[in-house]
Amino acid sequence: MITSQFQYHKASSVEDAIQKLTEIEDAKLLAGGHSLLPMMKLRFAEPPYLIDINDIPELQGIELDGDTIRIGAMTTENEIIASDILQQHCPLLVEAAKLVADPQVRNRGTIGGDIAHGDPGNDHPAVMLALDANLVIQGPDGKRNQPANGFFLGTYWNEIAEDEILVAIEVKALKDNQGFGYHKLKRKTGDYAVAGSPVVLSLDGDKCADIRIGLTNVAPMAIRATEAENILKGQVIDEALIEQAAAQVVSACEPAADLRGDEEYKSHMAAEMVRRAIQDALQRARN
Amino acid sequence: MAKHHISFNLNGKPVEALVEPRELLVHTIRENIQLTGTHIGCETSHCGVCTVDLNGKSVKSCTLLAVQADGGDVLTVEGLASAEGLHAVQQAFVEEHGLQCGFCTPAMLVRAYRFLQDNPDPSEEEIRWGMSGNLCRCTGYQNIIKAVQSAAKKLQQA
Repeated sequence: MITSQFQYHKASSVEDAIQKLTEIEDAKLLAGGHSLLPMMKLRFAEPPYLIDINDIPELQGIELDGDTIRIGAMTTENEIIASDILQQHCPLLVEAAKLVADPQVRNRGTIGGDIAHGDPGNDHPAVMLALDANLVIQGPDGKRNQPANGFFLGTYWNEIAEDEILVAIEVKALKDNQGFGYHKLKRKTGDYAVAGSPVVLSLDGDKCADIRIGLTNVAPMAIRATEAENILKGQVIDEALIEQAAAQVVSACEPAADLRGDEEYKSHMAAEMVRRAIQDALQRARN
Repeated sequence: MAKHHISFNLNGKPVEALVEPRELLVHTIRENIQLTGTHIGCETSHCGVCTVDLNGKSVKSCTLLAVQADGGDVLTVEGLASAEGLHAVQQAFVEEHGLQCGFCTPAMLVRAYRFLQDNPDPSEEEIRWGMSGNLCRCTGYQNIIKAVQSAAKKLQQA
Protein backbone atom coordinates (compact mmCIF):
# COMPACT_ATOMS: atom_id res chain seq x y z
CA MET A 1 0.00 0.00 0.00
CA ILE A 2 1.25 3.44 -0.92
CA THR A 3 0.09 6.72 0.57
CA SER A 4 -1.21 9.65 -1.43
CA GLN A 5 1.41 12.06 -2.62
CA PHE A 6 2.76 14.59 -0.16
CA GLN A 7 5.72 16.86 0.29
CA TYR A 8 8.29 16.05 2.94
CA HIS A 9 10.28 18.42 5.11
CA LYS A 10 12.75 17.40 7.80
CA ALA A 11 12.47 20.03 10.52
CA SER A 12 15.71 21.22 12.09
CA SER A 13 14.14 22.80 15.19
CA VAL A 14 10.79 23.23 16.91
CA GLU A 15 10.61 26.81 15.56
CA ASP A 16 11.21 25.52 12.03
CA ALA A 17 8.42 22.96 12.45
CA ILE A 18 5.99 25.56 13.89
CA GLN A 19 6.75 27.92 11.03
CA LYS A 20 5.90 25.22 8.50
CA LEU A 21 2.73 24.30 10.42
CA THR A 22 1.70 27.97 10.30
CA GLU A 23 2.48 28.44 6.60
CA ILE A 24 1.05 25.25 5.17
CA GLU A 25 -2.58 24.27 5.51
CA ASP A 26 -3.25 20.70 6.69
CA ALA A 27 0.44 19.93 7.23
CA LYS A 28 0.98 17.08 9.69
CA LEU A 29 3.84 16.28 12.02
CA LEU A 30 5.60 12.97 11.46
CA ALA A 31 6.76 11.54 14.79
CA GLY A 32 7.35 7.77 14.99
CA GLY A 33 4.87 7.38 12.16
CA HIS A 34 3.51 4.04 13.29
CA SER A 35 -0.02 5.35 13.63
CA LEU A 36 0.08 8.05 10.96
CA LEU A 37 1.68 6.15 8.07
CA PRO A 38 -0.73 3.16 8.26
CA MET A 39 -3.63 5.66 8.33
CA MET A 40 -2.17 7.38 5.26
CA LYS A 41 -1.72 4.06 3.44
CA LEU A 42 -5.37 3.24 4.09
CA ARG A 43 -6.27 6.78 2.93
CA PHE A 44 -7.93 7.61 6.24
CA ALA A 45 -5.51 10.54 6.22
CA GLU A 46 -4.15 12.37 3.19
CA PRO A 47 -2.04 15.26 4.48
CA PRO A 48 -0.41 17.17 1.61
CA TYR A 49 2.69 17.92 3.65
CA LEU A 50 4.64 16.04 6.34
CA ILE A 51 7.01 17.71 8.77
CA ASP A 52 9.43 15.15 10.14
CA ILE A 53 10.37 16.02 13.73
CA ASN A 54 12.50 12.91 14.39
CA ASP A 55 15.88 14.63 14.42
CA ILE A 56 15.15 17.67 16.57
CA PRO A 57 17.56 17.50 19.56
CA GLU A 58 15.37 19.58 21.92
CA LEU A 59 12.57 16.99 21.67
CA GLN A 60 14.82 14.23 23.02
CA GLY A 61 15.91 13.13 26.45
CA ILE A 62 14.65 12.33 29.95
CA GLU A 63 15.74 14.58 32.83
CA LEU A 64 15.09 14.73 36.56
CA ASP A 65 14.91 18.23 38.04
CA GLY A 66 14.03 18.16 41.74
CA ASP A 67 10.93 15.96 41.83
CA THR A 68 9.89 16.76 38.25
CA ILE A 69 10.71 14.38 35.40
CA ARG A 70 10.80 15.98 31.96
CA ILE A 71 10.44 13.65 29.01
CA GLY A 72 11.08 14.97 25.51
CA ALA A 73 8.07 14.32 23.30
CA MET A 74 10.13 12.33 20.77
CA THR A 75 11.38 9.85 23.36
CA THR A 76 10.68 6.36 22.04
CA GLU A 77 8.91 3.59 23.95
CA ASN A 78 12.16 1.61 24.11
CA GLU A 79 14.02 4.64 25.50
CA ILE A 80 11.34 4.88 28.20
CA ILE A 81 11.77 1.18 29.03
CA ALA A 82 15.57 1.59 29.24
CA SER A 83 15.51 4.80 31.32
CA ASP A 84 17.06 4.50 34.79
CA ILE A 85 15.36 7.73 35.85
CA LEU A 86 11.92 6.36 34.96
CA GLN A 87 12.58 2.92 36.39
CA GLN A 88 13.50 4.56 39.68
CA HIS A 89 11.08 7.47 39.86
CA CYS A 90 8.13 6.65 37.62
CA PRO A 91 8.03 2.90 36.87
CA LEU A 92 4.38 3.19 35.79
CA LEU A 93 5.60 4.69 32.51
CA VAL A 94 8.06 1.83 32.02
CA GLU A 95 5.36 -0.76 32.66
CA ALA A 96 2.97 0.94 30.24
CA ALA A 97 5.62 1.29 27.51
CA LYS A 98 6.38 -2.43 27.72
CA LEU A 99 2.79 -3.16 26.74
CA VAL A 100 2.77 -0.86 23.71
CA ALA A 101 2.89 -2.70 20.36
CA ASP A 102 6.05 -4.79 19.79
CA PRO A 103 9.86 -4.39 19.96
CA GLN A 104 10.28 -2.95 16.46
CA VAL A 105 7.42 -0.48 16.82
CA ARG A 106 8.73 0.56 20.24
CA ASN A 107 11.99 1.59 18.52
CA ARG A 108 10.10 4.19 16.48
CA GLY A 109 6.91 4.98 18.39
CA THR A 110 7.18 8.03 20.65
CA ILE A 111 5.42 9.06 23.84
CA GLY A 112 4.52 12.44 22.34
CA GLY A 113 3.07 10.91 19.20
CA ASP A 114 1.07 8.44 21.28
CA ILE A 115 -0.39 11.26 23.41
CA ALA A 116 -1.04 13.76 20.62
CA HIS A 117 -2.41 11.39 17.95
CA GLY A 118 -5.77 11.16 19.67
CA ASP A 119 -6.55 7.48 19.19
CA PRO A 120 -8.57 6.29 22.22
CA GLY A 121 -6.68 2.98 21.99
CA ASN A 122 -3.31 4.60 22.64
CA ASP A 123 -1.81 3.74 26.02
CA HIS A 124 -0.13 6.92 27.25
CA PRO A 125 -3.15 9.25 27.39
CA ALA A 126 -4.78 7.38 30.30
CA VAL A 127 -1.36 7.04 31.95
CA MET A 128 -0.97 10.83 31.68
CA LEU A 129 -4.33 11.25 33.41
CA ALA A 130 -3.35 8.88 36.22
CA LEU A 131 -0.02 10.69 36.68
CA ASP A 132 -1.67 14.12 36.51
CA ALA A 133 0.99 15.03 33.92
CA ASN A 134 1.72 18.48 32.55
CA LEU A 135 2.04 18.74 28.78
CA VAL A 136 4.42 21.42 27.51
CA ILE A 137 3.05 22.73 24.24
CA GLN A 138 4.79 25.22 21.96
CA GLY A 139 3.23 27.44 19.33
CA PRO A 140 4.03 30.65 17.44
CA ASP A 141 3.62 32.65 20.68
CA GLY A 142 5.88 30.46 22.79
CA LYS A 143 5.39 27.68 25.29
CA ARG A 144 2.37 26.95 27.46
CA ASN A 145 1.54 24.39 30.13
CA GLN A 146 -1.45 22.19 29.51
CA PRO A 147 -2.63 19.76 32.20
CA ALA A 148 -3.25 16.29 30.79
CA ASN A 149 -6.60 16.46 32.59
CA GLY A 150 -8.67 18.39 30.07
CA PHE A 151 -6.37 17.74 27.09
CA PHE A 152 -8.25 14.79 25.63
CA LEU A 153 -11.48 16.01 24.05
CA GLY A 154 -12.56 13.21 21.71
CA THR A 155 -11.36 10.79 19.06
CA TYR A 156 -8.41 12.41 17.24
CA TRP A 157 -9.35 15.61 19.03
CA ASN A 158 -7.15 17.26 21.65
CA GLU A 159 -6.63 20.66 23.24
CA ILE A 160 -3.84 21.53 20.81
CA ALA A 161 -4.00 24.05 17.97
CA GLU A 162 -2.98 23.24 14.40
CA ASP A 163 0.16 25.36 14.69
CA GLU A 164 1.24 23.91 18.05
CA ILE A 165 3.60 21.06 18.94
CA LEU A 166 3.72 18.91 22.06
CA VAL A 167 7.37 19.32 23.06
CA ALA A 168 7.64 17.66 26.47
CA ILE A 169 5.78 15.78 29.16
CA GLU A 170 6.35 16.58 32.83
CA VAL A 171 5.41 14.17 35.59
CA LYS A 172 6.16 14.17 39.31
CA ALA A 173 8.42 11.46 40.71
CA LEU A 174 6.34 8.99 42.70
CA LYS A 175 6.74 9.32 46.47
CA ASP A 176 7.18 6.56 49.07
CA ASN A 177 3.51 6.71 50.11
CA GLN A 178 2.38 6.38 46.49
CA GLY A 179 1.74 3.22 44.55
CA PHE A 180 0.79 2.48 40.97
CA GLY A 181 -0.74 -0.29 38.92
CA TYR A 182 -1.20 -0.82 35.22
CA HIS A 183 -3.25 -3.55 33.63
CA LYS A 184 -4.04 -3.90 29.96
CA LEU A 185 -6.00 -6.68 28.34
CA LYS A 186 -5.02 -7.25 24.74
CA ARG A 187 -5.80 -10.11 22.41
CA LYS A 188 -2.26 -10.54 21.15
CA THR A 189 1.12 -8.85 20.93
CA GLY A 190 0.98 -5.57 19.11
CA ASP A 191 -2.74 -5.07 19.57
CA TYR A 192 -4.49 -2.13 21.14
CA ALA A 193 -6.19 -2.69 24.48
CA VAL A 194 -9.59 -4.33 24.81
CA ALA A 195 -9.50 -2.23 27.97
CA GLY A 196 -6.69 -0.87 30.09
CA SER A 197 -6.30 0.98 33.35
CA PRO A 198 -3.45 2.84 35.00
CA VAL A 199 -3.97 3.72 38.67
CA VAL A 200 -1.91 5.97 40.95
CA LEU A 201 -2.85 6.30 44.63
CA SER A 202 -1.39 7.90 47.77
CA LEU A 203 -1.81 6.52 51.26
CA ASP A 204 -2.05 8.54 54.45
CA GLY A 205 -1.58 5.83 57.05
CA ASP A 206 -4.12 3.19 56.04
CA LYS A 207 -6.39 5.67 54.30
CA CYS A 208 -6.38 6.46 50.59
CA ALA A 209 -5.45 10.16 50.52
CA ASP A 210 -5.77 10.45 46.75
CA ILE A 211 -6.38 8.18 43.77
CA ARG A 212 -6.47 8.67 40.02
CA ILE A 213 -7.89 5.97 37.78
CA GLY A 214 -7.38 6.24 34.02
CA LEU A 215 -9.25 4.19 31.41
CA THR A 216 -7.99 3.24 27.94
CA ASN A 217 -10.11 2.42 24.88
CA VAL A 218 -13.51 2.35 26.55
CA ALA A 219 -14.65 5.84 25.50
CA PRO A 220 -14.04 8.20 22.54
CA MET A 221 -10.87 9.28 24.35
CA ALA A 222 -8.88 8.42 27.48
CA ILE A 223 -10.97 9.24 30.55
CA ARG A 224 -10.74 9.33 34.34
CA ALA A 225 -13.10 7.15 36.36
CA THR A 226 -13.92 10.07 38.66
CA GLU A 227 -16.90 8.58 40.47
CA ALA A 228 -14.99 5.41 41.21
CA GLU A 229 -12.15 7.56 42.57
CA ASN A 230 -14.59 9.41 44.85
CA ILE A 231 -15.77 6.13 46.37
CA LEU A 232 -12.21 5.28 47.42
CA LYS A 233 -10.81 8.69 48.38
CA GLY A 234 -10.43 9.21 52.15
CA GLN A 235 -11.31 5.58 52.88
CA VAL A 236 -9.46 2.51 54.02
CA ILE A 237 -9.70 0.55 50.77
CA ASP A 238 -11.07 -2.97 51.16
CA GLU A 239 -12.58 -5.55 48.81
CA ALA A 240 -16.11 -4.22 49.24
CA LEU A 241 -15.06 -0.67 48.31
CA ILE A 242 -13.11 -1.94 45.30
CA GLU A 243 -16.28 -3.75 44.16
CA GLN A 244 -18.30 -0.54 44.48
CA ALA A 245 -15.65 1.34 42.50
CA ALA A 246 -15.57 -1.37 39.83
CA ALA A 247 -19.35 -1.10 39.45
CA GLN A 248 -18.93 2.65 38.89
CA VAL A 249 -16.27 1.97 36.24
CA VAL A 250 -18.70 -0.22 34.31
CA SER A 251 -21.21 2.62 34.11
CA ALA A 252 -18.50 5.18 33.21
CA CYS A 253 -17.48 3.22 30.10
CA GLU A 254 -18.89 4.00 26.66
CA PRO A 255 -16.84 1.68 24.45
CA ALA A 256 -17.41 1.09 20.75
CA ALA A 257 -18.14 -2.52 19.85
CA ASP A 258 -15.61 -4.02 17.46
CA LEU A 259 -13.62 -7.22 16.88
CA ARG A 260 -12.23 -6.91 20.40
CA GLY A 261 -15.68 -7.34 21.93
CA ASP A 262 -19.09 -5.82 22.53
CA GLU A 263 -19.87 -2.92 24.88
CA GLU A 264 -20.77 -5.11 27.84
CA TYR A 265 -17.64 -7.26 27.60
CA LYS A 266 -15.33 -4.27 27.24
CA SER A 267 -16.91 -2.42 30.17
CA HIS A 268 -16.58 -5.45 32.42
CA MET A 269 -12.99 -6.00 31.35
CA ALA A 270 -12.26 -2.34 32.12
CA ALA A 271 -13.62 -2.87 35.64
CA GLU A 272 -11.43 -5.97 36.02
CA MET A 273 -8.33 -4.06 34.88
CA VAL A 274 -9.18 -1.37 37.46
CA ARG A 275 -9.59 -3.97 40.24
CA ARG A 276 -6.17 -5.45 39.48
CA ALA A 277 -4.47 -2.06 39.09
CA ILE A 278 -5.87 -0.84 42.44
CA GLN A 279 -4.63 -4.01 44.18
CA ASP A 280 -1.14 -3.52 42.72
CA ALA A 281 -1.13 0.18 43.61
CA LEU A 282 -2.19 -0.55 47.20
CA GLN A 283 0.47 -3.19 47.64
CA ARG A 284 3.19 -0.95 46.25
CA ALA A 285 2.12 2.05 48.35
CA ARG A 286 2.24 -0.08 51.52
CA ASN A 287 5.75 -1.42 50.84
CA MET B 1 6.24 15.99 -6.27
CA ALA B 2 9.92 16.76 -5.96
CA LYS B 3 12.00 13.63 -5.58
CA HIS B 4 14.64 13.32 -2.89
CA HIS B 5 18.13 12.08 -3.54
CA ILE B 6 19.09 9.79 -0.69
CA SER B 7 22.19 7.79 0.12
CA PHE B 8 22.73 5.25 2.85
CA ASN B 9 24.81 2.21 3.70
CA LEU B 10 23.13 -1.07 2.84
CA ASN B 11 24.83 -4.17 4.19
CA GLY B 12 28.04 -2.21 4.46
CA LYS B 13 28.00 -0.77 0.94
CA PRO B 14 26.98 2.77 -0.02
CA VAL B 15 23.82 2.99 -2.15
CA GLU B 16 21.93 5.91 -3.65
CA ALA B 17 18.35 6.32 -4.76
CA LEU B 18 16.00 8.95 -6.10
CA VAL B 19 12.73 8.58 -4.19
CA GLU B 20 9.34 10.21 -3.92
CA PRO B 21 8.54 11.29 -0.36
CA ARG B 22 5.86 8.58 -0.18
CA GLU B 23 8.21 5.76 -1.14
CA LEU B 24 8.60 3.32 1.73
CA LEU B 25 12.01 1.96 2.69
CA VAL B 26 10.89 -1.60 1.94
CA HIS B 27 10.07 -0.61 -1.66
CA THR B 28 13.42 1.09 -2.14
CA ILE B 29 15.20 -2.03 -0.90
CA ARG B 30 13.11 -4.50 -2.93
CA GLU B 31 12.30 -2.66 -6.13
CA ASN B 32 14.99 -0.04 -6.55
CA ILE B 33 17.98 -1.94 -5.15
CA GLN B 34 16.46 -5.35 -5.91
CA LEU B 35 17.28 -7.11 -2.67
CA THR B 36 14.13 -9.17 -2.23
CA GLY B 37 14.89 -10.97 1.03
CA THR B 38 12.99 -8.30 2.95
CA HIS B 39 9.31 -9.07 2.50
CA ILE B 40 6.03 -7.17 2.47
CA GLY B 41 3.24 -8.69 4.56
CA CYS B 42 0.49 -6.90 6.43
CA GLU B 43 1.71 -3.38 5.51
CA THR B 44 0.34 -2.00 8.77
CA SER B 45 3.43 -2.46 10.98
CA HIS B 46 2.05 -5.59 12.58
CA CYS B 47 3.48 -8.78 11.07
CA GLY B 48 7.17 -7.89 11.03
CA VAL B 49 8.22 -9.58 7.74
CA CYS B 50 9.63 -6.22 6.55
CA THR B 51 11.98 -5.98 9.56
CA VAL B 52 15.43 -4.58 8.83
CA ASP B 53 18.11 -3.06 11.00
CA LEU B 54 18.42 0.74 10.82
CA ASN B 55 21.28 2.34 12.73
CA GLY B 56 21.55 -0.65 15.04
CA LYS B 57 17.85 -0.98 15.81
CA SER B 58 15.21 -3.32 14.44
CA VAL B 59 12.55 -1.42 12.51
CA LYS B 60 9.62 -2.23 10.25
CA SER B 61 10.59 -0.95 6.82
CA CYS B 62 6.98 -0.85 5.58
CA THR B 63 6.30 1.97 8.04
CA LEU B 64 9.37 4.06 7.37
CA LEU B 65 9.78 6.48 4.51
CA ALA B 66 12.85 5.86 2.41
CA VAL B 67 13.88 9.51 2.96
CA GLN B 68 14.09 8.74 6.67
CA ALA B 69 16.91 6.26 6.01
CA ASP B 70 19.01 8.97 4.34
CA GLY B 71 22.51 8.89 5.81
CA GLY B 72 21.75 5.76 7.82
CA ASP B 73 23.08 2.24 8.13
CA VAL B 74 20.71 -0.50 6.95
CA LEU B 75 21.17 -4.23 7.36
CA THR B 76 18.97 -6.78 5.57
CA VAL B 77 19.06 -10.57 5.57
CA GLU B 78 21.40 -10.42 2.57
CA GLY B 79 24.01 -8.83 4.83
CA LEU B 80 24.10 -11.58 7.45
CA ALA B 81 26.23 -14.27 5.78
CA SER B 82 29.92 -13.61 5.17
CA ALA B 83 32.69 -15.16 3.06
CA GLU B 84 33.11 -17.74 5.84
CA GLY B 85 29.53 -18.94 5.39
CA LEU B 86 26.16 -18.55 7.05
CA HIS B 87 25.79 -16.38 10.13
CA ALA B 88 25.32 -18.31 13.40
CA VAL B 89 21.65 -17.26 13.46
CA GLN B 90 21.10 -18.64 9.95
CA GLN B 91 22.93 -21.85 10.79
CA ALA B 92 20.82 -22.31 13.92
CA PHE B 93 17.56 -21.84 11.98
CA VAL B 94 18.68 -24.60 9.58
CA GLU B 95 19.67 -26.99 12.36
CA GLU B 96 16.63 -26.41 14.57
CA HIS B 97 14.07 -26.39 11.73
CA GLY B 98 13.24 -22.76 12.51
CA LEU B 99 11.55 -22.25 9.16
CA GLN B 100 8.53 -23.74 7.41
CA CYS B 101 7.27 -21.85 4.36
CA GLY B 102 10.07 -19.35 4.88
CA PHE B 103 8.13 -16.16 4.19
CA CYS B 104 8.73 -14.77 7.66
CA THR B 105 12.26 -16.18 7.94
CA PRO B 106 14.44 -13.35 6.57
CA ALA B 107 12.91 -10.87 9.03
CA MET B 108 13.08 -13.43 11.85
CA LEU B 109 16.81 -13.77 11.14
CA VAL B 110 17.46 -10.03 11.04
CA ARG B 111 15.44 -9.55 14.22
CA ALA B 112 17.13 -12.49 15.99
CA TYR B 113 20.52 -11.10 14.97
CA ARG B 114 19.77 -7.70 16.55
CA PHE B 115 18.04 -9.18 19.59
CA LEU B 116 21.12 -11.30 20.37
CA GLN B 117 23.39 -8.28 19.93
CA ASP B 118 21.32 -6.48 22.56
CA ASN B 119 20.81 -9.52 24.82
CA PRO B 120 23.49 -12.17 24.21
CA ASP B 121 22.29 -14.57 26.93
CA PRO B 122 18.49 -14.45 26.93
CA SER B 123 16.03 -16.65 28.78
CA GLU B 124 13.28 -18.38 26.79
CA GLU B 125 10.80 -15.79 28.07
CA GLU B 126 13.08 -12.94 26.94
CA ILE B 127 13.35 -14.54 23.49
CA ARG B 128 9.54 -14.75 23.20
CA TRP B 129 9.32 -11.08 24.27
CA GLY B 130 12.16 -10.02 21.93
CA MET B 131 10.76 -11.87 18.90
CA SER B 132 7.13 -10.88 19.54
CA GLY B 133 7.05 -8.35 16.70
CA ASN B 134 7.47 -11.08 14.08
CA LEU B 135 4.57 -13.32 13.14
CA CYS B 136 4.83 -16.79 11.59
CA ARG B 137 1.55 -18.00 10.07
CA CYS B 138 2.87 -21.59 9.86
CA THR B 139 2.76 -21.52 13.70
CA GLY B 140 6.36 -22.58 13.85
CA TYR B 141 7.32 -20.56 16.90
CA GLN B 142 8.65 -23.44 18.99
CA ASN B 143 11.52 -24.19 16.62
CA ILE B 144 12.17 -20.50 16.07
CA ILE B 145 12.67 -20.07 19.82
CA LYS B 146 14.96 -23.12 19.86
CA ALA B 147 16.92 -21.69 16.93
CA VAL B 148 17.45 -18.37 18.72
CA GLN B 149 18.54 -20.23 21.87
CA SER B 150 20.97 -22.28 19.82
CA ALA B 151 22.29 -19.19 17.99
CA ALA B 152 22.89 -17.49 21.35
CA LYS B 153 25.08 -20.42 22.42
CA LYS B 154 26.95 -20.46 19.10
CA LEU B 155 27.65 -16.73 19.32
CA GLN B 156 28.85 -17.00 22.90
CA GLN B 157 31.28 -19.76 21.94
CA ALA B 158 32.56 -17.89 18.88
